[in-house]
Amino acid sequence: MLIDHPLLGPRDAAEFVILGDAGLIDRPDWQAEDAARLFHDYQHLRDNPAGGHRELWFHEQGDRSWLVVTRNTVTHEIVKVELARDVAIARERDR
Amino acid sequence: MRYSALQILRQGLTGNRGWKPVWREPDPKPHYDIVIVGGGGHGLATAYYLATVHGLTDVAVLEKGWLGSGNVGRNTTIIRSNYLLPGNEPFYELSLQLWEGLEQDFNYNAMVSQRGIVNLYHSDGQRDAAARRGNAMLLAGADAVLLDREALQRKCPYLDFDNERFPIKGGLYQPRGGTVRHDAVAWGYARGADRRGVDLIQNCEVTGFDIRDGVCRGVETSRGAIGADRVAVCVAGSSGRVMGYAGLRLPIESHVLQAFVTEGLKPAIPGVITFGAGHFYVSQSDKGGLVFGGDIDGYNSYAQRGNLPTLEDVCEGGMALMPMIGRARILRIWGGLVDMSMDGSPFIDKTPVDGLLFNGGWNYGGFKATPASGYCYAHLIATGAPHPVAAEMRLDRFERGAAIDEKGAGAQPNLH
Repeated sequence: MLIDHPLLGPRDAAEFVILGDAGLIDRPDWQAEDAARLFHDYQHLRDNPAGGHRELWFHEQGDRSWLVVTRNTVTHEIVKVELARDVAIARERDR
Repeated sequence: MRYSALQILRQGLTGNRGWKPVWREPDPKPHYDIVIVGGGGHGLATAYYLATVHGLTDVAVLEKGWLGSGNVGRNTTIIRSNYLLPGNEPFYELSLQLWEGLEQDFNYNAMVSQRGIVNLYHSDGQRDAAARRGNAMLLAGADAVLLDREALQRKCPYLDFDNERFPIKGGLYQPRGGTVRHDAVAWGYARGADRRGVDLIQNCEVTGFDIRDGVCRGVETSRGAIGADRVAVCVAGSSGRVMGYAGLRLPIESHVLQAFVTEGLKPAIPGVITFGAGHFYVSQSDKGGLVFGGDIDGYNSYAQRGNLPTLEDVCEGGMALMPMIGRARILRIWGGLVDMSMDGSPFIDKTPVDGLLFNGGWNYGGFKATPASGYCYAHLIATGAPHPVAAEMRLDRFERGAAIDEKGAGAQPNLH
């Protein structure tokens, strides 16, 4: 697989490690009433879709940036690559 | 028809005209007591034990393809019970005991071959871990022998014992481990269940559940709606997709695991050998092919095929362990979907929906578990209570802080 890095262009997926579902950006509020349940769900439960999947990849053997890759889990086709930083800022997760 | 040597003789003398199809092909009835979703090894074993142990035969097994078309026909056929943790080891030991009596029990030749499995160690620390694991196995009633370098050299003289980086110091040996003809397991269980009245319905894909007021009353399928008092899902690899129809999120990701077979060779590998320094394991089939595998590809996938970097990585492990494997040529490669769970251990449990039960999360160890998985799932379905050896395999174990994490890798499915 080739991942089209927004800054570096197409790179071999072997340079990256995958963390998993991009929902991990949305860390729950630790002060919420039901924080224990929220963190359980955040840490352990997954949508695990067959089809489009947004996931976090880390360019470990490259510029060490985190990417949000939108990839089809049935065909392995990569349709979109964004910097995780941009996604987090857009979701106001920058603190 | 009961299979026996006498039967082979009789059929041979009468032109082999008496052999009958091994199972019926019934149309689905409108309602069953129990519907099992998934006609793989675990689903068929569940149906078999529901019929034989609990006397429940108003049961249908629904399979979207043909029986045994999923992981039971796509694995590397290894059986063993060399686990460490109390939540796992008694379960896998029960499974190995069921394997030992399986062929007599269901009257089918599954070619169960207890040729032994050895896990190599390469350092003092790994030797200590192997001894600890061996003791845990002995405590659970399994067998384990710690082999030193000399004993291992007599068994497998061709291993790279003096490898500069990972010298082989010995191995943890389980003589009762081995291999099984995997397709025959599905066929044997299917035949046994069918003979007792279970309906095996192929080309029948479940497309939804009939859930009203929090109670599951049946399934929607490509062959119409089928009512059921209890619906037991057993579709490891596709668990996320199927349980999604019920609106449930699981502590599971689907990944692809590859396996490889070489051309047929003369007998060289006595049992199963696993590398302790990289992820590589190998056995030799009765046809002579070296059957080997290693890591999963690492990213979520429903594709039933893998990529070449993983093949290269697995072959590098093979070359480091036994350089002679470099002379063998790979004949076939395939991939299967595996449920990778958050702690590397499976689930056999009820769900928050009444009447809907779940079996899955087998990671890449589902084949060896087939008999005990079916046995314990049938127990749960029939009695409503978990079987004692599967009592820890619950969906809520992460909430309770009771993960069964053999490897200690944490909630990162692609590392287990």
